[in-house]
Amino acid sequence: MATTPMMLRDNVGPTRERLLVLEAGRAERNYWRDLWSYRELFGILSWRDVAIRYKQTVIGIAWAVVRPLLTMLIFTVIFGRVARLPSDGGVPYPIMVFAGMLPWLLFSTILSDASNSLITNANLISKVYFPRLIVPCASSVAALVEFGIALVLLFLTMLWFGFLPDFRIVFLPLFAALAVLSSLGPALYITALNVRYRDFRFIIPFVVQFGMYVSPVGFSSAVIPPKWRLLYHLNPVVGVIDGFRWCLLRGKSDLYLPGLYLNLIVIAFFLWLGTSYFRKTERTFADLI
Amino acid sequence: MSSTANDVIIRSEALGKKYLIGHESSERYQTLRDTVARSVQRFGRTARDLVRGRPMIVGDELEELWALKNVSFEIRRGEVTGVIGPNGAGKSTLLKILSRITEPSVGRVTIEGRVASLLEVGTGFHPELTGRENIFLNGSILGMAKREIKYKFDEIVAFAEIEKFLDTPVKRYSSGMYVRLAFAVAAHLEPEILIVDEVLAVGDAQFQKKCLGKMQDVSQHGRTVLFVSHNMTMIRSLCSRAIVLSAGCVAHDGTVEEGIQHYLSSRGEAASCLLEERTDRHGDGRLRFTDAYVMGESGVRNVVYMGETAQIVVTFSATEKVKKCDLSIHLENTWSDTILRLATRETAMPFTDLSGTGSITCTIPKLRLLPGKYYVLLAASVPPAFEYLDYVSHAAVFEVLEHDVYRSGKVPEYGTFFAECEWHTRSIS
Repeated sequence: MATTPMMLRDNVGPTRERLLVLEAGRAERNYWRDLWSYRELFGILSWRDVAIRYKQTVIGIAWAVVRPLLTMLIFTVIFGRVARLPSDGGVPYPIMVFAGMLPWLLFSTILSDASNSLITNANLISKVYFPRLIVPCASSVAALVEFGIALVLLFLTMLWFGFLPDFRIVFLPLFAALAVLSSLGPALYITALNVRYRDFRFIIPFVVQFGMYVSPVGFSSAVIPPKWRLLYHLNPVVGVIDGFRWCLLRGKSDLYLPGLYLNLIVIAFFLWLGTSYFRKTERTFADLI
Repeated sequence: MSSTANDVIIRSEALGKKYLIGHESSERYQTLRDTVARSVQRFGRTARDLVRGRPMIVGDELEELWALKNVSFEIRRGEVTGVIGPNGAGKSTLLKILSRITEPSVGRVTIEGRVASLLEVGTGFHPELTGRENIFLNGSILGMAKREIKYKFDEIVAFAEIEKFLDTPVKRYSSGMYVRLAFAVAAHLEPEILIVDEVLAVGDAQFQKKCLGKMQDVSQHGRTVLFVSHNMTMIRSLCSRAIVLSAGCVAHDGTVEEGIQHYLSSRGEAASCLLEERTDRHGDGRLRFTDAYVMGESGVRNVVYMGETAQIVVTFSATEKVKKCDLSIHLENTWSDTILRLATRETAMPFTDLSGTGSITCTIPKLRLLPGKYYVLLAASVPPAFEYLDYVSHAAVFEVLEHDVYRSGKVPEYGTFFAECEWHTRSIS
């Protein structure tokens, strides 16, 4: 009697519906396939997050332009003019700042949005079933859209300064993907923790603010003394930012390869940590949220 | 029974769901600091126990609450089952497990087919988005494919009657429009198994009726439906079978009539046994009401069908002999309006003497109330000033159930009473 459902489960035929077994602590066997079958919901939730982002604001989508522009201006003034930090290989300072700020904005927006995503979607979590992984992932799509806008803005700035990227730009999508992965790992871990400990709602803005100064956003990572360089790459964003600059600035900023490899390991570790913790706690979200 | 294994679409085996309450529930919004402090505390205690050689006490600060316990049932394809029971009986928990929102603590459920659950209408509606956008959003959250929503889009809009406001953000909608739109989307779900929590308790009577019609359509298309409601009329008109839950266990599983009887009678008893101990009463206490209930022809306490002979039975105990006692029985609706008062001083002679314990029965040959919930207020007083001996509001609650009193197949929708009537037409010209 008890084994019958198990047998049925394995004999999923064309005429038979998929048999669903709900049990305590039962690992979802078709987790990733299940996730794929919910891709339409992923699409619509991403679209929603994009659609509502600038609702009831006066200048609307222009915020996606104003924010990076102002940050660039401030950083250029503080680090370039006041602190007189050097730029990479004679690249105009604003462009160098902008090229580093793009991945940082992508990283930090995903980190803060995805970390709060489960809480802001609490009503969905407690009323309908779907793979919960969709929620934080969908929230990062809006950040990607903003990233796209900022990228266009960067190209306009480059035109203005008459400094155009070369062939290395084809590697940009790779580093953009790396930026997404590097923030998604910690974000998944934190959003799952956030369901239980709301402390992270306060920790995240602090981390983002702090992170902007410890990452080479306003300055080039070449200013870091060589003996600290590898250690500096424990910060997963460092490699991503260096990569962006390498792609966009005609290779004038060098790509420190040992650091990049270390970054890849750190990013992979956080992704593994995030997804495994998320999957482990996913089924208790509705009870705790 | 002709049932084969293939007919069973949902099978629940010894299902249980445990929640940790007490300490744990106050920690739902716990902060890391609390947890650290408590961990240190717990660690200290564990270490102390360890040193003294006592077994480690795990979770002595927690209280376990079994929202569901040993719940087993089978539901066959095409069955429409009502889940009824008092508040806190575990109905919602059961639906949450079946719709995969939460996992069971013990036991297992096997489900064969696509499940859609409707625990709340308008789940995921976003106020800033327009009606059109929300139809797509809500539809896909409930598990509809985009193609399916597109196909049914016009039907949904027509059902909700919001054509004109399709491109208005729903935050500008009236609450009625909002609910209509939300329900319209939900009503067009077509899963094999539909799980519905009390969602019809919204909207105006007209719209509720429309929804009921739609639900009946759904159940006639051979779909399996699980339906939770406190509204017995709705359960009766939709379901063929009822599972009665009580304190997390299956108290009864059978036909819908049996289930409703079981539920109503258990509820009636629970309400009346308290009357004697109630302290929210006025009066000098020379006479006290000890029990009160309303009984129809079925003999079930506090359940009367429309137009039946109803008996209001009041038992009392008196500490001394009360002369010329007047008894008033008020029937109140759910808004506490008195809709009928039967006082012995107006309808009959006052009782001469009441002493010791006894009961008074007031028989109404034909109770002409419309379906719904009514309350009984009791007042015993003595002339000439009619000061109270005892006065208890909500001494009993009874439910009037639908009956085809006009033999038209329809139930009166508005008003408080029904009355036999004859219609004549005469042409003037």
